[in-house]
Amino acid sequence: MHSVLQRANSILAYALSVLACLTFACFVSTVFLDYVTDANINTVKVVVKNVPDYSASREKNDLGFLTFDLQTDLTHLFNWNVKQLFLYLTAEYETSNNELNQVSKGNGCALGQDHIESANKNITLTLSWNIIPNAGLLPNIFASGSHSFQFPVEYTTSRM
Amino acid sequence: MDLVSLFDDVKRMNKRQFLYQLLSFGMIVSSALMIWKGLMVVTGSESPIVVVLSGSMEPAFHRGDLLFLTNYPEEPVRVGEIVVFKVEGRDIPIVHQKNGTIKFLTKGDNNSVDDRGLYAPGQLWLTKRDVVGRARGFLPYVGMVTILMNEYPKFKYAVLACLGFYVLIHRE
Repeated sequence: MHSVLQRANSILAYALSVLACLTFACFVSTVFLDYVTDANINTVKVVVKNVPDYSASREKNDLGFLTFDLQTDLTHLFNWNVKQLFLYLTAEYETSNNELNQVSKGNGCALGQDHIESANKNITLTLSWNIIPNAGLLPNIFASGSHSFQFPVEYTTSRM
Repeated sequence: MDLVSLFDDVKRMNKRQFLYQLLSFGMIVSSALMIWKGLMVVTGSESPIVVVLSGSMEPAFHRGDLLFLTNYPEEPVRVGEIVVFKVEGRDIPIVHQKNGTIKFLTKGDNNSVDDRGLYAPGQLWLTKRDVVGRARGFLPYVGMVTILMNEYPKFKYAVLACLGFYVLIHRE
């Protein structure tokens, strides 16, 4: 009555539809969750150097170096539909040419290049993360809490 | 199931029924095309669903994962967003806005250097024109079929031929 091919076909079809339903349930179970949390950011040492930056060009550019403290608890963000978090720190500042400049770094220190006019302006550091799910939406979350600081006007020439 | 019984359906068809089969085959092809083009209109992206082809985004995205993209012109590109440009890339470590046009640089999570080597020769920044879309949704493993088909073209043609043959031969 039923050949092997027919049985295999129906088993495959059934398994696929069950998997699809489970994946959808996994997506729906976490789609309305709020992933925002607090973050404390503080800068420890802020210097500006005028050095060649070979990642963009051979010309000398202003490079801001900063050391920062970051304190936040992200453990409660993890659930069964969070595979990983991609964290990044963003430095945001205004210049006369540009209303919004954003520089970011996955980890370590943030580095940006712009003219010295940015030196006196306020620079805001914010922490944000991408949530990489097992299946579902890919939201971009900004932590509540940011830190503003200013770069010094004078260059630092000595080694840090 | 031998070959003769396979063609039984065809033998019992008259001309009108055979034409109907052809029409339903055309319906399947055109509705697939309509869904794809409809998604393009809704998402604003020239390719709303892409398959991750490289491991440059591991461990977030592996080969064969599916990404759903949107590309609305009114939404500005911001730092940290996962953009897909002409090749396939990842987030934007640097976003610069200059003279009204946004310039940015991308880097793959799993790569140690940024993507400048992948851009056109002499191109240092991406602009909005290069962006195919921004990743909004994620579905694992489904794109594996596409990767298999691209790596073994003969397998692709065999599957397509079988499916087309099946639709033409079988009566609804």
